[in-house]
Amino acid sequence: MQSLRIISAIFAKDLRLEWRNRETLASMCVFGILVVFLFNFAFEPAREESLRLLPGLLWISFAFAGVLCFNRSFAVERENACLEGMALAPFDPGLIYLGKMLANLVFLGIAESVIVFAASLWYNFSFVPSLRWFALITFLGTVGYVAVGTTFGAIAANTRMREVMLPVLQFPIAVPVFIAGIEASTGALKGDPPSNYLGWIKLAAGFAVVFTVLSYLLFEYVVEE
Amino acid sequence: MLPDTSPPAKAALELRNVSKYFGDLAALAGVQLRVEPGEAILLYGPNGAGKTTLLRLLATLVRPSEGEVWFAGQEVHRHAARARAAIGFVSHATYLYGDLTVRENLKLIGTLFALPRLEKKIVAALELFRLGDRARTPVRALSRGLQQRVALARAFLHEPQFLLLDEPFTGLDAASVSTLEDLMSQLPARGKAVVFSTHDFERGAALARRIVALESGRIRYDGPLALVPRNLLRVTSEKAESSGQ
Repeated sequence: MQSLRIISAIFAKDLRLEWRNRETLASMCVFGILVVFLFNFAFEPAREESLRLLPGLLWISFAFAGVLCFNRSFAVERENACLEGMALAPFDPGLIYLGKMLANLVFLGIAESVIVFAASLWYNFSFVPSLRWFALITFLGTVGYVAVGTTFGAIAANTRMREVMLPVLQFPIAVPVFIAGIEASTGALKGDPPSNYLGWIKLAAGFAVVFTVLSYLLFEYVVEE
Repeated sequence: MLPDTSPPAKAALELRNVSKYFGDLAALAGVQLRVEPGEAILLYGPNGAGKTTLLRLLATLVRPSEGEVWFAGQEVHRHAARARAAIGFVSHATYLYGDLTVRENLKLIGTLFALPRLEKKIVAALELFRLGDRARTPVRALSRGLQQRVALARAFLHEPQFLLLDEPFTGLDAASVSTLEDLMSQLPARGKAVVFSTHDFERGAALARRIVALESGRIRYDGPLALVPRNLLRVTSEKAESSGQ
C-alpha cells in the first residue's frame, strides 16, 4: 500500500510539474505532427501507399516524440539534484522508476493520440475500423518503449551529451518493440485477421513485461553514484 | 513495509576503512569514522579535502570504492532503507522542485518518507523555519537564502537521528543562522547526531564538541575540539585561504 502511495506521489508530481510549465507535451505533439507533415510532402502517397507507409511513419513519430519526453522527464530531476533527493528517502528506488514511467506513459500516450489524429487528417485515413486492435498494439508497444526510455533517460541525464546519448543508447534496445509495433499495426490497419499479427503483439507484450521488471530491479544502480 | 525508525540500542553510523576514487583522484583514503547518537561533529578542511564526499558516503548517496559504510551494526547498502529513514542530509543542491510550492515540496518528501501526521509536521516545519507566509510560493520564486531554509525544513521534516549538513549556513540571513544554530545545539541533547561542514571555524567550534580535520582525503585529526593541535588548524586554515575561501 505504501509503495502505491509513493508511486502515486511521484506520478502526480510529474503531472503537476508538466501542467505548470507545459513544456514537454507541447514539444512532443508539435514535433510528432511535424514529422507526419513533412512525410506527407516528401512522399505524397496515394491511399494504397499510405497504408504501407503509415505504420512506419507513425512509429517513427512516436519514437522521436518519446526522446523528447524522456529527456525532459529527467531534466526536471537534474535541476537542484531532485533525483538524488528522492534517493535519500527510505524506499526501493525502483518505485521512482515506476512513478516516472507511468507519467511518461501518459505524456507519450497523449502525444500519440494527437499524432494519430493528425495523420488521419493528412493521409485521409480512418483508424476507426481497426481502432480496437490498433489501440492495443500501440499501447503495448508504448509501454515497452517507455520502459526502456525511462531507464535510459535516467542514465543519459548524467552524461554530458545527454540529448545525443539518449537516442544512441535506447534506440538499439527498443528496435524489437518498434518492429513489432510496425508489423502488428500494418496488419491491423489493413484489416487482416488478428491471428496474422498475434505473434507481434505477444512480442510487444513480452518486451514490455521483461524491460519493465528489469528496469525496476536495476534502477537503484542508475540513481546511485 | 517501511523500516522501524525508532533507533536501536547502538545506532552508530560508521565509515570502516573507506576510500573513494573518482578516476585517478582519491577523494577519500582509508577513512575510519564513527558517529554516535548525541554527537556534534565539525568537519573541517580546505576545498578538496573530501568533506562533501565523506558526507555523501554517510548519507548513502555514494558507494565507497573500498571499505564499507555501516549503520546500526549492518552494512548500509544491504539495508539502505533503514539507514535512510534515520538520516537527513542538506547538500549544496537544495533537492527542491522549482515549480512546486514550498508546501508541495514538503508534502512530497513527507509522503516519500511515509510520515504519520504529515500535515501537522509540515505546519511545524514551516513555523520553525519561518516559512509560513511562503508556503504557497513556488520555490523558483524564492531567494537563495529562502530556498536554503526550505531545504533545511525538508531535511528536518522526518526528525532524523543523524543530520548531515554540508555548509548549511550558506545564503542564510542572521535570523535564520540563529535558528539553525539553536536547532543544531539542541540535537545532541535529544540523542541525535549532527555532522556538519563549514568554512566558518569559529561558528563551527561553537556548535561542535568533536572535530574531524580532513586534508587531501585523509583524516588528520579526529577528537575533542579542545585538544585539536593549533598547528593543524593553522595549516588547514592557510590551505583554506590559499584555495580561495
